[in-house]
Amino acid sequence: MSIKDAAQAVMKKAVQAAPDGWMPGGTPDPLIRQKHGLIGKPVSRLDGPQKVSGTARFAAEFPMENMVYAALKYSTVAKGRIKELDSAAAEAAPGVVLVMTYRNAPRMKPAPLFMSSDKAAGGDDLPIMQDEEIHWNGQPISLVLAEAQEQADYAKSLIRVTYETEPSVTVFEDAKANAEQGVFQGQPLLLEIGDAEASLAAAPHKVDVVYRTPRHSHNAIELHAATVGWDGDNLRVHDASQGVAHGAWSLAQVFGLEEAQVHVTSPYVGGGFGSKALWQHQILAAAASKVAGRPVRIMLSREGVYRIVGGRTLTEQRVAIGAQADGSFDALIQTGMVAMGRHNNMPEPFILPAMSAYKSGSFKLAVEAAKMDMLANTFMRAPGEAVGTFALESAVDELAESLGMDPIELRIRNEPEKDPTSGVPFSSRHIVEAYKAGAERFGWAARKAKPGTHREGEWLLGMGCATATYPYYRMPGGAARITLTKDGRATVEIAAHEMGMGTATTQTMVTADRLGLGMECVTVNYGDSHFPGVVLAGGSQQTASIGASVIAAHRELITELLKLAGKDSPLAGLDADEVTGRDGYLCKADELGRRESYVSMMARIGRDEITAEATAPPPLEFTHWSMHSHGAMFCEVRVNAVTGETRVTRFLGYFDCGRILNPKTAASQFRGGIIMGLGLALMEETQFDERNGRVMNPSLAEYHVPVQMDVPEIDVIWTDIPDAHAPMGAHGVGEIGITGVGAAVANAIFNATGKRVRDLPITLDKMM
Amino acid sequence: MSINVNGSSIDLPSDTRVSLLDLLRDHLDMVGTKKGCNQGACGACTVLVDGERILSCLALAVQYEGRSVTTIEGLSTEGMLHPIQRAFIEHDGFQCGYCTPGQICSAVGMLGEVKRGLPSNVTGDLAGGSITLTRDELCERMSGNLCRCGAYNGIVDAITEFAETIK
Repeated sequence: MSIKDAAQAVMKKAVQAAPDGWMPGGTPDPLIRQKHGLIGKPVSRLDGPQKVSGTARFAAEFPMENMVYAALKYSTVAKGRIKELDSAAAEAAPGVVLVMTYRNAPRMKPAPLFMSSDKAAGGDDLPIMQDEEIHWNGQPISLVLAEAQEQADYAKSLIRVTYETEPSVTVFEDAKANAEQGVFQGQPLLLEIGDAEASLAAAPHKVDVVYRTPRHSHNAIELHAATVGWDGDNLRVHDASQGVAHGAWSLAQVFGLEEAQVHVTSPYVGGGFGSKALWQHQILAAAASKVAGRPVRIMLSREGVYRIVGGRTLTEQRVAIGAQADGSFDALIQTGMVAMGRHNNMPEPFILPAMSAYKSGSFKLAVEAAKMDMLANTFMRAPGEAVGTFALESAVDELAESLGMDPIELRIRNEPEKDPTSGVPFSSRHIVEAYKAGAERFGWAARKAKPGTHREGEWLLGMGCATATYPYYRMPGGAARITLTKDGRATVEIAAHEMGMGTATTQTMVTADRLGLGMECVTVNYGDSHFPGVVLAGGSQQTASIGASVIAAHRELITELLKLAGKDSPLAGLDADEVTGRDGYLCKADELGRRESYVSMMARIGRDEITAEATAPPPLEFTHWSMHSHGAMFCEVRVNAVTGETRVTRFLGYFDCGRILNPKTAASQFRGGIIMGLGLALMEETQFDERNGRVMNPSLAEYHVPVQMDVPEIDVIWTDIPDAHAPMGAHGVGEIGITGVGAAVANAIFNATGKRVRDLPITLDKMM
Repeated sequence: MSINVNGSSIDLPSDTRVSLLDLLRDHLDMVGTKKGCNQGACGACTVLVDGERILSCLALAVQYEGRSVTTIEGLSTEGMLHPIQRAFIEHDGFQCGYCTPGQICSAVGMLGEVKRGLPSNVTGDLAGGSITLTRDELCERMSGNLCRCGAYNGIVDAITEFAETIK
C-alpha cells in the first residue's frame, strides 16, 4: 500500500466514524420538509417547445462564418505503422481546403484520461495524429476539410494508405493470459471477507455458474459532433458534452492553453449515456481549424462513432452463492474478467452491486482486466451495475429455483441491516417495501413456480424479477452562482448539462422552491464552461451535485441579502438558517408572518442585483453512509415455442430513489433506462471481429436497439421516501432504470420455458 | 430547378450529390431536421413530401424538383405549435429531443397512411380498406423512428391523443 493509499484509507475510516452532524447532509436539506411547493409535481419540460419545433440547436447546428466541413479516414488494421500515405489526389480534389495527417498536424499533447484528475475528459491518452503508429482498428489517420461535406467525403475516398502490421491481441482468450487486477476510482476491484471458497464448498445448497455479456454501444441518436473556431489563441467549441468544464480544461491541456482560453458550450445534447466525452474528433477538428485558419464543423458518420467513440466492454462473470436450506447466504462470489483497451482505464466494475446488495457470511469479489488492442472501452449507462446485476440477479434466481423458494422471498431473507461489506449504515433503503408493493401491483401471485407450465397456443408465458441498484454519488467541485435582481427574479448559472434528463426543468423547480419564487421568476443557465462548477452529467450524480452547489450559493445569497437589508428590515437580526422563502417573500421560518419581499429588500438595499457564488462541501456523505438507489423490477414475457422469439409483454419498475423531484421527467428516465435494459437483454451487441479487431456492425441497421414495437407499456412507480442525507432528499435517476432489467428478462424467460440463458443478448438462436 | 420548402421556393443545389437532408441542414440552415445515421436506419431525418413521410437522408435533393417539402419548422404556424407538438410536450414524448422532429413528422405522415387505408405488417385484413389505429398498429408504423432515450410510451400517448382529436 502506497502512502497515498494509506492516507486515503485512514481518511475513509475517519469519515465513517465521524458524527453525522459533521457530514454534508448531516442536517437534512430544509426543502425535504417542505410539502407545498413545486417539488413532486409533474411539470412539463421547459425546453419542450424548442425541441418539438426544431429550434433547439445542437452541436453541429451552430453556423460559423467561413466554416468548412470535416471528414475522417480510419485505419483498417489493429496495430502497426502507416507505411505509405498518399493524399495528393485528395488535396487536388474540388473544394478541399486541407488534408491533415500525422505529417502536418500541429503538435499536441495527449488528452488527459478521464478520471485521472478532476477535470480530465479524454477517452484515452494516446497521441493524436502525431506519428505513424496505429493502436486500434478504426483510429483516425487523416482528416479532410472542404467547402462542403460532399467534397470532404469524396476527397477522403481518394486517400491511399498501406500499413506495416504488427502482432496484436484481438482475441479475448489470448488476452486473458496477461490479465491485470482491475482498478476503479483508485481502488482495486477486489474484496474478500472470510473464506468464501471454503464456505461455498461447505454450503448445503449452491449455484456456481458463468455469465457473459457482450460489448455495447451507446448509440445516442445525435451523432458526435462539434463546431469549432479559433479567435487568436482562444478556442471556441460548440460541443455535445456531458462535461463542459472537463472538456474545456482537457482541450487546454492538449493545446497548451490556459483553461479560460477554451470556451465550450453545449446547450442541448442529443443523448449521451456516457459517450459524450472528449474523443479525438473534437481535438482533430480544433487542430485542423488552427492549420486551415477557418472554423470547422465535424459530425461523425454513424460508422465513425463506432470507430472512435468507445462503448461498454464485454464481461465474463462467475457467480457462486452458497446457502443454507432457509436461503441465507454463506458465501457470495462474483469474479471474472473484462476486456480493456491498452490506453484507457475502465475495468467494467461489475462487482459493485454485490458489495451492498445482500448479507452473506463471506464475500469474494474481483474484476480482472484483459488488455486488448482495441478502441478504448468506456463508461456506458450504469457502468458495472447494468451487466453486474444481470449475473448476480440471474444467479439469485437460479438459487431460488434450486431451493424451491420464491425468488422475492430469497432476496428478503438476505436483506442486510447495514452495508454488508463496509459496515456503515444505509442512508435510506426500502427495497423490501418496493418488492412487496411491486409484487402486489404486478400480480406476482399469479406466477407459476414451475417453469414452462403456462402455455397459450404457441406462446409460453413467464414472469421474472430482479433487484435494480445504483449508488448515490456526488463528485467534488460542484459550484454555482445565483443572481437576484431588483424585480424579484433569480438566475442560476452552473456548468451542468441537459441531455434529456430534465435537469433544466427540475432544477428550476427546486431553485424556485428554495427561494420561495414562482417558476416563471427563476432561470437556470447551464451547458457553458465559463459558468462555475465541475459538474459531470454522469454517475447519476448531477442532481445531487447541482443541489449541493445551489444550497451553498443560496446560503451565501441569503446571508448577503440579510446583511445588506440591515436593521430596518423586519428580518433584522436573523441569519440564513432562520429564514425561508415563500411566495416571493423571505420569512422567519417559524413565524411566517414576519417577512419582507425580495423586491422590497432589494429596494431597501438600493442595488439592481446581488450575486453570490459558492462551492459545495466535499462529498463525504456517501462514505459516511452507504447510499444507494434501488428498484424491484418485474417482467412478463411470452416466448414462442416454435421460433424462440421473446416478446416482453409487461414490465414494472418499483423504485426507491429518495424523493422524486419531477414525476413527469423522472418517469421518462426510469422508462428510458428500462428500455435500454430490454435492448441489453434481448438484442444489443457490438460485434467485434477477433481476427482483426474491427467492429463488424457499425450501423443502426446492424446494431439493434429497441424500437417502438419492442416496447410494451412500462409501469413505473416509486416509494418517494426522501433520503434525509441527500440534497432535496433526492437521488439521481438516470442509471438505476437499466440495472436489473437483463436479469428480470432472463428470469422471466426461464420461468416461461425452463431454459436458462447466461449469455447476453438472449437472441432467438439461444432459445432454439 | 427549384423545390418548395415550407411554402418557400428554393433553388436546388448544383452538386447533385447533395441529399435533401443536407440541403435543409447545410445549405438552408434549417436544422430542425436531424441527422442520426445518414443511411435510412433511424428515422431522425423524416420529412413530409407532398404530405407523405420520407427519409430525407436517402433522398437526393434534385430528385424532388417541383415537390413540396414540409419540415418540422413548417408544422407550426405563426409561432403556434401544431397540436401534435403540444401533445408531445404534454406526454413527455421525448427526452433529449434529437429524434423528436423526425418522430413528429413521421407521426403526421403515418396518420395520413392510416386514413388512406394503407395496411401495415400487423394489419389483419389486408383487403379491409379501413384501418383501426390500435396500439399495435401505431407501434408497428412508428418503429422506423428510433428513440434511444426510450420515450416510446410517451410518443404513443401523444400520437394517440392527437389522433383522437382529428377523427
